[in-house]
Amino acid sequence: MTAFFWLFAVLAVAAAMLAITRRNGVAAALWVALVFVCIAAQFVLMRAYFLAAVEVLVYAGAIMVLFLFVIMLLNLDEKEAARLEGPRLHAAGVVLAALFLTGLVFTVREAGLFEVPIGSQGSMLPAGETGNVARDLFLEFLLPFEIASFLLLAAIVGAVLITKRRLT
Amino acid sequence: MIWDVLGKLLHAFLVVGLVLPLMAALMVWAERRVSAFMQDRLGPNRVGPAGLLQPIADVLKFIFKEDVIPGHVNRVMYVLAPLMVFVPALIVFSVVPYARGMAIAPLNIGILLVFAVSSLGVYGITIGGWASNSKYSLYGGVRASAQMISYELALSLSVIPIFLVTGSMNLESVVAWQAQNVWLLLPLFPAFIIFLVSSYAETNRLPFDCPEAETELVAGYHTEYSSMKFAIFFMAEYINMITFSALVVTLFFGGYTLPFLELPAGLWGTVLSGCIFAAKVSFFLFLFLWVRWTLPRFRYDQLMDLGWKVMLPACLVLIVCTAGVRAFIWPG
Repeated sequence: MTAFFWLFAVLAVAAAMLAITRRNGVAAALWVALVFVCIAAQFVLMRAYFLAAVEVLVYAGAIMVLFLFVIMLLNLDEKEAARLEGPRLHAAGVVLAALFLTGLVFTVREAGLFEVPIGSQGSMLPAGETGNVARDLFLEFLLPFEIASFLLLAAIVGAVLITKRRLT
Repeated sequence: MIWDVLGKLLHAFLVVGLVLPLMAALMVWAERRVSAFMQDRLGPNRVGPAGLLQPIADVLKFIFKEDVIPGHVNRVMYVLAPLMVFVPALIVFSVVPYARGMAIAPLNIGILLVFAVSSLGVYGITIGGWASNSKYSLYGGVRASAQMISYELALSLSVIPIFLVTGSMNLESVVAWQAQNVWLLLPLFPAFIIFLVSSYAETNRLPFDCPEAETELVAGYHTEYSSMKFAIFFMAEYINMITFSALVVTLFFGGYTLPFLELPAGLWGTVLSGCIFAAKVSFFLFLFLWVRWTLPRFRYDQLMDLGWKVMLPACLVLIVCTAGVRAFIWPG
């Protein structure tokens, strides 16, 4: 189990590095899809099969395909892609990444996941079964769940409004 | 432990590596023969008895054709694309219980895995179209990704009523529920129709074969492919047909069981259940061919309208109704 953890962990990080260094948008999108698959594999190792399937289904199967679709339709050439770079954007990227990393470290520390020895996670996290996920979502975390769905609804309404300019 | 793993690998190899491709080859033959009969022709009947060895001749021809990689393609992705379609098509079958107690991976999340893995197949088609660097291929690839995303929604939503009724995502228990009660076709007929139609769209078969509409796009996403690479795209389509037929049978037609028939215990019962399953699947495979040679192609905007404005709302209504019935009228 530990060997598989390291395999997919290294693969995920490598794929992520490749994704952010590729100049070709399509190639980058594919590497990100591989990252999602690796994360799903980690879920499987933790016996959270439901999460694993949903990870692949939603992220790799739907969201990344949409990204790919848009990248292919826009078909940016080198010159246009170069126009999208610059010191200011780089700086913004670094700041955002640093913020995200800080948030991530704090969350993981608070959840106490640093102490869990790799390999024994399987017995500790039986939460991945469908019923347990549903119970957590709809009983314990109902309010955050509803807030998230409200945000999504707002996004949907916004998207419809942008496409239907004639309404105004 | 090690024998356990080896046995499972052998099982997977036999089913996925041997039986499925053979079935796909047989399907190619059936498609040509059935279409011929529907058009008052004979079809290929020279190679072997009734032309049964024709697929082998086809395969040999594909193998010995020159494998052309055009100069204007993105080489790595061009080569990877057929595999990215083929491998998911093979994996999906692993959760289907094709005989009593027989499934390569009897997972609790069975049907979710089907959707998760089959949603990866669209990458191969899209990338194939894009990497070919040709207008026809690109249009085919873009159409394919839009179409498959749209119909995946209807497809996955149409099975939710099944879980509301049976209370399980494990395909084995769905079959067991149907054996005890009634084929899900009867209580969930609209879901069956939506699932069937969406599966035609997912496999890019007529009347939804816009991604490779030969009258407009030459051959769509595989225009630039030749030899075995084309053959792999082709095989993946037929294997997907087999898998989706198997899923329709498992989800709505009682899988490997028959009503009023007690399967005998032991080996013979298992074999018999396998035969029942094969017979049911064959009917739906025939339906694929029947529909293909009967209906003309949808226009692309009609296809999108059907997916988003008809099937998706219908699915949502169906889910709410089923949940309501389950909660208030028939709890249990």
